[in-house]
Amino acid sequence: MALEVDHLQLCYRTLRGDVRAVDDVTFTIDDGEIMGLAGESGCGKSTLGNGLVRMDVRMRQLAGRVELDGEELPISDEKAMRSFRFKSVSIVPQYAMSALNPTRRVGKMVSELLKSRGFDYKSALPELERRVKLVGLDADVLKRYPIELSGGMKQRVVMVISTLLNPSLLIADEVTSALDVSTQRAVGEMLLEFRDRKFVKSTMVITHDVSILAQVADTILVMYAGKLAEKASADVVINSPLHPYTQLLISSLPEVGVRHDEHTLVGIPGRPPPLLNPPAGCRFRDRCPFAFDRCAEEPPFMEVKPGHSVACWLRTKGAAPAGGAEPC
Amino acid sequence: MRRYLARKLIIYVVTFFVAATIDWLLPRMVPGNPVSLLLAKMNLQPQTYNATYSLYMKAFGFNRPWWDQYLNFWRALLHGNLGVSIYDFPKPVTSVIADYVLFTLALLIPAILLAYFAGNKVGAMAARRKSLDNTVLPVGYLLTATAYPWLALLLAFLFAAGGIGHFFPISGGFSYGLIPAWNWAFMWSLITHWFLPFLTLFLVAFGGWAIGMRNLIIYELESDYTHYLEALGAPSKLVRRYAYRNAMLPQLTGLALQLGVIVGGAVVTEVTFAYPGLGYLIFQAVGNDDYFLLQGIFMFIIVGVLVANFIIDIIYVLVDPRTRVGISGA
Repeated sequence: MALEVDHLQLCYRTLRGDVRAVDDVTFTIDDGEIMGLAGESGCGKSTLGNGLVRMDVRMRQLAGRVELDGEELPISDEKAMRSFRFKSVSIVPQYAMSALNPTRRVGKMVSELLKSRGFDYKSALPELERRVKLVGLDADVLKRYPIELSGGMKQRVVMVISTLLNPSLLIADEVTSALDVSTQRAVGEMLLEFRDRKFVKSTMVITHDVSILAQVADTILVMYAGKLAEKASADVVINSPLHPYTQLLISSLPEVGVRHDEHTLVGIPGRPPPLLNPPAGCRFRDRCPFAFDRCAEEPPFMEVKPGHSVACWLRTKGAAPAGGAEPC
Repeated sequence: MRRYLARKLIIYVVTFFVAATIDWLLPRMVPGNPVSLLLAKMNLQPQTYNATYSLYMKAFGFNRPWWDQYLNFWRALLHGNLGVSIYDFPKPVTSVIADYVLFTLALLIPAILLAYFAGNKVGAMAARRKSLDNTVLPVGYLLTATAYPWLALLLAFLFAAGGIGHFFPISGGFSYGLIPAWNWAFMWSLITHWFLPFLTLFLVAFGGWAIGMRNLIIYELESDYTHYLEALGAPSKLVRRYAYRNAMLPQLTGLALQLGVIVGGAVVTEVTFAYPGLGYLIFQAVGNDDYFLLQGIFMFIIVGVLVANFIIDIIYVLVDPRTRVGISGA
């Protein structure tokens, strides 16, 4: 088990109180697994991803534990985390296009970074060049300044740098969001290749774009308003989701071959609840077409079939109301 | 690169032309005329006055039409001839300037460079230490908002006139009792006279650089490349080094912009301390309607500031790769 997250709670300190962006989250990622983390903006997916690498000054860990390869990850201890970063847990940030120092040549920056962490650049250079070529770039990008690279090139360079030390866990935060579809596909293939070549043990792909997860993810975890909604293999989440939110999320994706003037795409009406003092009970209740009395209580995140967990009273055995509505 | 420099050079030549024209025009807009002031010093008899007056007017070329005077100005300038001083008649302007210029350079160059480096260092330190920031920020704002002559008077009052003590002489470039020579007594006299004017220029500029650097570093430490380095566990030493390096770039542009302002500050500071530099000389030249001396000093300052700017332009190209990419047309 590469990553184990146990009842993790992360919040943002604000002047009006704590905003719980990640609330009581428990999941695992296996060795070699690529887990997709999906959800709409503000659901806490990036907070979770960043929290596992580097919490910014506004963030606090309220509860929970994180283990990586059987060792506790001291995520709230800025100093102690430093030795884990890059080496055991690494990130391809949301802002990969601007992640490189504009006044340093790429190779120079990598060498200074490696040196500052006590690694030798010269001995890492052949591997770095090999990987740069592997992602379809010329080895001389290392001699260039970031401004001389295109957005897609920078994205790939950052992916190579982030995974250079073969981390156990790679967090890929919206790596495809700013790219055109063909580059998106190439980046997706890179994620698979990095896993297959064991550059990274397990990967967490954070995205709001479920279609990229269909390409790369083994399992998908769906978050809603800071809580886990559903986790299952990618296939199951995409083809037979159980949580009403997942169902609506998947059905609001466009499909190839469907003419949308005949078949109108529907979104999910309403908005997620505020995370500063969120309402009790199921957080999707207000937008859920199947909400009933029980939803005023918080549904547990439970395994309903092997490898398929969901937090919804409709799916919790023995909890369904008599003659209750059956979704879809 | 060559095209870039050529383009820059053209801009500098045009700037020089405009500045020199203004330099020629401004003294001539001052009421009065230098010849009458010069003759006033000569104690001439009324009957010889008129003849001498027209002789001098002719000798200086003031009787010619303005455009002819302007062309003459350029002709002489291109031959390196700045004319004859009226204030220190009949010394040539170049040798008058030579007598004063070393004092100004000894004041300006250390003040500009030390304030720049110290201000940047202290500003960068303030950006990462809250306790230091609480002092640097208000003091920096206070210093940079202070007028040069006011600070000069304050320092003169406190350290020279007995406000706190009589540590430094209050005016002049060296003690009048001494004869310039390469000995310790004279050197010491030079240094003590130099210190307060230097401190005035240094302090005001220092405040500006410290504030600027502090704000820039804070901005750089919130930038994406900083967050990425931190996410990869880079120690704060490396993170700060990158932030400092990148924050230096706008500061360098600021230095080019500030040069003219600091020279202006030096003028009033020198006047306040009666320090025998170019600023003090400007003051004398204005008082004597000395067109040629004023022209000469300003010409010297114009060329100095333009050359310094050109050097900064070149340094900027060397330290910021982004400008180089722009130059090669990529």
